[in-house]
Amino acid sequence: MTTTTTETTAADTTPRLVPLPHSAARVLIALGAIGTIASTFMSWTWTSDFPGDLTVYGYPAGLQVLALTGGLLTLLLGLTLWDVPGLRWANPARHAAPLALAAASAFAVCWFTGIAIAVDLGGFVNLDPGAYVAMAASLVALLGTLALPTPGGTWRDYLKKAENIPPAADLAPWAQRLAVTAATALALIIFTYGIGIPDEESETFIGFLLLVVLGTWALFAAGLFDRFSALNARHKGFAATLAFLAAAVFPLTQSDDHNANIGVNILIVGTVALGLNVVVGLTGLLDLGYAAFLGVGTYAAALVSGSEFSRFSGVQFPFWAAALTGMAASLIFGVLIGAPTLRLRGDYLAIVTLGFGEIFRITVNSLDGASGPNITNGPNGIARIPDIEIFGLNLGNAHQIGPFTIGRFANYFLLMLVITAIVVLIFNRASDSRIGRSWIAIREDETAATAMGINGFRVKLIAFALGASLAGLAGTVSAHVGYSVNPAPYQFAGSVPPNSAFLLAAVVLGGMGTVNGPILGATLLYLIPEKLTFLQKYQLLAFGIALVLLMRFRPEGIIANRRRQLEFHDNDPLDVPEQRLPDSTVGATKAGA
Amino acid sequence: MTTATTTATVLEASGVTMRFGGLTAVRSVDLTVNTGEIVGLIGPNGAGKTTFFNCLTGLYVPTEGKVSYKGTVLPPKPHLVTKAGIARTFQNIRLFANMTVLENVLVGRHTRTKEGLWSALLRGPGFRKAEATSRERAMELLEFIGLAHKADHLSRNLPYGEQRKLEIARALASEPGLLLLDEPTAGMNPQETRATEELVFAIRDKGIAVLVIEHDMRFIFNLCDRVAVLVQGEKLIEGTSDVVQGDDRVIAAYLGEPFEGAPEDTALDAVEAAEAQAADADADADTDTAEAPAAEAQTADAHTAEGDTK
Repeated sequence: MTTTTTETTAADTTPRLVPLPHSAARVLIALGAIGTIASTFMSWTWTSDFPGDLTVYGYPAGLQVLALTGGLLTLLLGLTLWDVPGLRWANPARHAAPLALAAASAFAVCWFTGIAIAVDLGGFVNLDPGAYVAMAASLVALLGTLALPTPGGTWRDYLKKAENIPPAADLAPWAQRLAVTAATALALIIFTYGIGIPDEESETFIGFLLLVVLGTWALFAAGLFDRFSALNARHKGFAATLAFLAAAVFPLTQSDDHNANIGVNILIVGTVALGLNVVVGLTGLLDLGYAAFLGVGTYAAALVSGSEFSRFSGVQFPFWAAALTGMAASLIFGVLIGAPTLRLRGDYLAIVTLGFGEIFRITVNSLDGASGPNITNGPNGIARIPDIEIFGLNLGNAHQIGPFTIGRFANYFLLMLVITAIVVLIFNRASDSRIGRSWIAIREDETAATAMGINGFRVKLIAFALGASLAGLAGTVSAHVGYSVNPAPYQFAGSVPPNSAFLLAAVVLGGMGTVNGPILGATLLYLIPEKLTFLQKYQLLAFGIALVLLMRFRPEGIIANRRRQLEFHDNDPLDVPEQRLPDSTVGATKAGA
Repeated sequence: MTTATTTATVLEASGVTMRFGGLTAVRSVDLTVNTGEIVGLIGPNGAGKTTFFNCLTGLYVPTEGKVSYKGTVLPPKPHLVTKAGIARTFQNIRLFANMTVLENVLVGRHTRTKEGLWSALLRGPGFRKAEATSRERAMELLEFIGLAHKADHLSRNLPYGEQRKLEIARALASEPGLLLLDEPTAGMNPQETRATEELVFAIRDKGIAVLVIEHDMRFIFNLCDRVAVLVQGEKLIEGTSDVVQGDDRVIAAYLGEPFEGAPEDTALDAVEAAEAQAADADADADTDTAEAPAAEAQTADAHTAEGDTK
């Protein structure tokens, strides 16, 4: 990019989707991005009936904020085409894909809004000029990006990550930490914004999802995620502390305790999914009855909580003792189920765990005094579970810290955050050790693992027991958060979150064997149905579709395992041997010498 | 392992028989391996070599017979066999594909370390020390086989020959007294085969006895102090390279029986000499010739493989 002449000749020969000269493309992108940004300060519709009140001139609101963000992202990436100093980091490979994806995010938000206004209010007549400006400008920007040259010239090339991303400049350590901090803050802002969208504004949330998906994809295509994970790896402790702090700040940003309730539930399912990740992701044991372990922990905590409906209503354990009780109960249950079932492999194990999961629920239902001894109160469950008290602090009451009010759910959020941190620590330490390696070895090839001296049964039982007790730990908090427990949610598949299929989907969607994956997966799977109320009926269908698409396009999950990221030689054909030799066709592979 | 005292018996298999239903894959095989020895095990496809290996390492429970290592009878559990001191590689490479090269070797150290879940969670000084020692030891082994520079690569991204070497390193990590190699040069070119030969000698020099299955006759006869021939599950003959090479029954097993009414004595001898030479020199092509008469034996072999995957 030194002289314009070489640039245009190069651009003319390289393939692209929209045949326009390079200079025209750049101008279109800039105009489109600026137009999109400007349009968000205008009125898009005449009535405030449409969610988010898009009627105001002067400042953006609701979906306009999202369109503004998309426009700014396009502009930021577009400016790298002019080599604006100080912005080169945003698109280091000077690739078309990030630009196209960013423009697509703005385009998607603008056109979605326009069409949603027309559908909701009945006709395009309800659109104000601002909306037309937005739609036109975002289309112009998108066309401009598609006129940029790419290696292949097909639409797929506008979705791919850039190749040959130049190595990052060596920043000073403080600058690296600053970058990590900024990225963490950005993640917090995005999460807080998403969770803060009112439940009835489904349109805004869909726009949010469109922007987040395409925007993150754009940053991923620019190679910024790789750089960020490299920085994260270099400042591991710092990044982890920061993430923890950012999560701890979250309840302070919420004036509404309802959002903190969503937050604490996300943490609970995320933690349980992380426990399941030990079993599924690390050890490779498909457990379809995992919700039962959560149920055991929850019931154990409820029984010793001092609730008047509990069989042992006189007993009220302090929280730490209740937590240990819940863990111990789940551990015992895990060993009891694991001992007979873990001798099976593959599909058989999945079927048997599915059976045991159902046995738990049905047993709890039957222990009601009529069909069996009265322990769990049957389908009525145990209600009126008192709040936890820690150090004389009742988590049921709102507390005041400086200018911030910490409500009931915010209290539980902070408690659960500590527990999540402990579980993350346990997961990390266990997976990076002799025992963790033997789990992974079992997952990779059980026969070879036993031939290397690993006692398969014992090691699998440890994984099972650890996973169970982590679920039990999370369950002890969930019993108190939800005021009451009943057996209904602890089934294989259902529309209420803590069911086995949900947890498994969270692990698979997020990325098996990683720490962030299951938490991210649980966040998405919990938050999306919560915000898109019309989807709740079709939740299982949506799960299925999401998983099918995932398996087709990104089988390793949203966050790829560290091991998978090590596939830096996959593009080198000489270096890639045949995939593992097929085990059953010995005749073909037995060629001597 | 520095038990290189004159000639102690490392492995003693006596009367090992393995039946799958009506099929007898291995019939009453005796075999001993002494310290400092490299013993070869050859035979046509489907002769039961791998099945015999699986019996030795506890992957199969032999129907009859017993296997003892340095005088103690081995329990038929693979992990206990490895713990006792017998390590093995597989005919079809069975690395942990999504683990790095170093991690693969670290898994091999499993039986020589004992840090459990608690010490992993608490990360005491004992854990750190054990972990550091394991890593050091694993890196030494990677140096030994020449893969230290690829320690952080995923094992499935290694070229074929290096995967074979890595499997050997992983087996050596368990500090065995006896190493069982199942076709270590299958699919290798002549240079790689020579390199493997050197590697096996180096392993022997470390004081580790080696029992090796191979089809490459030149490799076997260069390498082995003794060679045992397995045909249709039975041990045909055992002896030095020369004895085995000159044995009529071995040649018949590989090349087929002379037909009825074949030219007598002198002519036959000439033919056999030529064939033996062909089998010897034409090591690269030997499976082509061996596979033809042993075609029906392959079904039995497929059976073995099936048992293997279970």
